[in-house]
Amino acid sequence: MHHTLVALVEDKPGVLNRVASLFRRRNFNIESLTVGRTAEPGVSRMTIVIDSDQASAERVTAYLYKLVNVLQVEDLGLVPAVARDLALVKVAVAGHDRAALLRVVDETRAHIVDSGEQTMTLEITGEPPHVDAVISRLEPLGIIEMVRTGQVAMRRGDTALSAAQAS
Amino acid sequence: MAAPSGRLASMPTRTGAQIIWECLVHEGVHTVFGYPGGAILPAYDAMLDYPVRHVLVRHEQGATHMADGFARAGGGVGVAVATSGPGATNMVTGIATAMMDSSPIVCITGQVPGKLIGYDAFQETDITGITLPITKHSYLVTRVDDIMPAMKEAFHLAISGRPGPVLVDITKDAQQASTDWRWDPSPVKLRGYRPNRPVTREALLKAAELIRRSQRPVILAGQGVIQGGATTQLLALAERIDAPIAMTLLGLGGVPASHPLNLGMMGMHGEAWVNHAIQEADLLLAFGMRFDDRVTGNTKTYAPHARKIHVDIDPSEINKNVVCDAAIVGDLRETLVDLVEVLEPADHAPWVSYIDSMKGDAAVRDIQALPDTGHLYAAHVINDIWRITGGNAVVVTDVGQHQMWEAQYYHHESPRTLITSGGLGTMGFAVPAAIGAKIARPDAEVWAIVGDGGFQMTQAELTTAAQEGVKINIAIINNGYLGMVRQWQEFFYERRYAATPLRSPDFVKLADAHGLEGLRVEKRSEVLGAVERARAAEGTVLIDFRVEQEDSVYPMVPAGADLDAMIRRPEPTVLAETGADPT
Repeated sequence: MHHTLVALVEDKPGVLNRVASLFRRRNFNIESLTVGRTAEPGVSRMTIVIDSDQASAERVTAYLYKLVNVLQVEDLGLVPAVARDLALVKVAVAGHDRAALLRVVDETRAHIVDSGEQTMTLEITGEPPHVDAVISRLEPLGIIEMVRTGQVAMRRGDTALSAAQAS
Repeated sequence: MAAPSGRLASMPTRTGAQIIWECLVHEGVHTVFGYPGGAILPAYDAMLDYPVRHVLVRHEQGATHMADGFARAGGGVGVAVATSGPGATNMVTGIATAMMDSSPIVCITGQVPGKLIGYDAFQETDITGITLPITKHSYLVTRVDDIMPAMKEAFHLAISGRPGPVLVDITKDAQQASTDWRWDPSPVKLRGYRPNRPVTREALLKAAELIRRSQRPVILAGQGVIQGGATTQLLALAERIDAPIAMTLLGLGGVPASHPLNLGMMGMHGEAWVNHAIQEADLLLAFGMRFDDRVTGNTKTYAPHARKIHVDIDPSEINKNVVCDAAIVGDLRETLVDLVEVLEPADHAPWVSYIDSMKGDAAVRDIQALPDTGHLYAAHVINDIWRITGGNAVVVTDVGQHQMWEAQYYHHESPRTLITSGGLGTMGFAVPAAIGAKIARPDAEVWAIVGDGGFQMTQAELTTAAQEGVKINIAIINNGYLGMVRQWQEFFYERRYAATPLRSPDFVKLADAHGLEGLRVEKRSEVLGAVERARAAEGTVLIDFRVEQEDSVYPMVPAGADLDAMIRRPEPTVLAETGADPT
């Protein structure tokens, strides 16, 4: 089962290393990990997707809190949340019906962001299962290169995760 | 460079090297354990102007164990100092040892100048990276103005909450740079660090209800009792609810061994009645312990009838190894006071006397009860040291058979009188940690009890004891084997003694070579005289106890076996029966 953990961390040298090291050391497998800025200066936000049961997700949360630079942790598997993943996919256009590719683009809200003589590059954004589905439709057409950002997520509704919260 | 506006004219100028010692003095440090080298040379040069004793070790591992023993014996923070590269990497084992046993030490290492970091400079190593998983926290300081905050935070982190090692790696140029400096007396504030959480009333009442319903409770007392200063409060609770107490190895001393409710040690080499009591209990009250695998055996069959209450200061320990029915995260002493307040006195006399009745069976197997064959047994030696020292010595043990016999046969009456590497199981710990313990508590009688194998791992620190004039007593339990490994080979590897027979130097001559007194004991009748002689001597005395070579520690729960599936000491007429499956 996938768990999406969000961690607000102090933007200090080595923080990403500490978090990544924790998962390796405690023998958890990271499916994806993204890091980026937040609205608050000095605070970064990590979205970490792991494949684990509920008890393990709770253990990971407790271990994350042991890191001095970790401010807040939320398990988005426990609350309604919006999740997004972005993929860039370079697909071969030579040797098959270009229309087939355009049909996929049209039906899946993918965007053409670049086009070359032999290939076309698509941007796919959405819930991770949506991105998976689009990619599986592109596979028969010949994927040349692909990159995914990994998931970012946020709780639905008015409740906000803030580094100012006391835990 | 122009001085920034707002800076106070009265601020004195200090080099980074001086600031390190200013901070140490402000933190109350009077002794550090270390070894100089290029990248830490500025700090060593500045040291001479500060009222801090420096103990020159023979290997940086020794410095970390000394700092660890110092911290555990005295209750403060131990400090170790080393240079970059090999100086720092030699500390790794000691840092990991302190991490596993939650011992508060601060390690200060020199680092190559900031502009050389990443260029594979001479004696450069990424020590904050290397020690990342074995420190509570670490700092790489490259600016002189960052030294004080890092030092203050390091001491705060090391001792607060669940204690642990903190490493501060300071570049040589940061030590050499100067700045306008003054001690900042304000308390450390760390946004993401919450060492002590208030205990919720709800959790407390839930635990109290489980205690009220229990007929067969057992308290599991760990090192948290000692580190939380909760001995009195624990006894108050145990007496109020009439619950017997089982001890972890690191918990020994947290409750007086002579207390009628103290059952003794649990786990792999725990007393048989203690493990049976745990397996038959209907409630476990785990206080400041972490259900280590050496304590639980097979967790699937562990204490199958028991509800579990777990009180720990570290939330990540809750439900980690054993799932509990009630959890309290917070300060143990306060929690115990609160529990006593809400609980009515209870009486579990039938349960307590039932456990007592199991001791009879164990007593006939006790090595103390075996007929005197003229052989010298380690258990006899340790039991005699206990008797002669009145149970009042600070005993520092190494790792292996002697460590378990010490836990079984030296009965500790007060906290911080047993210092041992429990979690990491670090051979070589005893002698340096004993030196640190003696410096922390100069009035205490300190004994290092150590095997012939472990002694040789860090025997160079004997020279440190000699140079520093630190008086410790060293009892080498010399059986000519790596005894615990040999025991496993006997039990689980068909007595194929691969690499366990051990030749040692003449330890008496080794002591002599240091200008120290060395004694050899081969008969039990000689034990008393040698121990008394060591106690009376002014300097460090080393006693080479030539004990029975192929004795084993009983009882033994094979790794991963059920806690009550113990291999017992054969009764005198019964041959050893083994064959348990080691996993």
